[in-house]
Amino acid sequence: MTPLNGYLLLAAFLFSIGLAGALTRRNAILVLAGIELMLNAANLNFIAFWRYGTHPEALTGTMFAIFSISIAAAEAAVGLGLILAVYRHFKTTDLDEIDSLKG
Amino acid sequence: MTILFLILAVLAIVGASAAMAFRSAVHAILALALAFVSLAILYLSLDAQFVGFTQIIVYVGAVAILAVFAIMMTRSDSAHHHTEVFSKSWLTGLVLAGGVFTVLAWAVLGDKTQHAAADAPAPVTTVTQIGEALMQRYAFPLEIMGLLLTAALIGAVVLAMPLLSNKSGAKSVTKGDAR
Repeated sequence: MTPLNGYLLLAAFLFSIGLAGALTRRNAILVLAGIELMLNAANLNFIAFWRYGTHPEALTGTMFAIFSISIAAAEAAVGLGLILAVYRHFKTTDLDEIDSLKG
Repeated sequence: MTILFLILAVLAIVGASAAMAFRSAVHAILALALAFVSLAILYLSLDAQFVGFTQIIVYVGAVAILAVFAIMMTRSDSAHHHTEVFSKSWLTGLVLAGGVFTVLAWAVLGDKTQHAAADAPAPVTTVTQIGEALMQRYAFPLEIMGLLLTAALIGAVVLAMPLLSNKSGAKSVTKGDAR
């Protein structure tokens, strides 16, 4: 197994853990944490492909990872703001109890 | 496949699994920070120094702290309640995640293309190069990113701020919040 395959397998496993958490946790904040984990796994793929790819001097993978981290930061801020707004309305962050659109 | 990679991979997997399995939300976020730190060290070992330090600053320094603040402000720590940790449809979620991992691992292990050898010389990247690329080739994406971050900042503040949208009904909402 080449080093690249090792990194890709690790990223795939982290992505699956994040997906499982996002689909099964009841706490909305931890669902968001699972989504962050999935974004991190994608970043690991970008960096590994950049390092073991054919043209590392073009910096494409690094740039992609930097922009992806910025998107993730913006998404975390908006997501946690949404969770606070939902909590103010429903008085809970349990996603199984937040089941009505009209409130 | 070095010892360092194996140690960091185990740390990242343990941190991520603990983050998704712990009952207490605060403990889960701390375990998530462990996974973020081991991923940052993985980036450093892949010669991506700038991304590694950005990862520590943004994820460990900002996202994890933000999540802890959200937990404090919502009192959603289920260690103090007798609620279930996992949703009613947890089996479906686990099966879906397992299926996704199976497909991804099958695709990775069936890969027959030739990649650079493990001992390929490390690409030399300085912060100067990254800055020049951001200011020249990636200048337009950088502007868009600035716009997006500004919009996200304003949006997060507007979403989290109470009593902004209905000035006329502000009195009744204040009453509602007090109860």
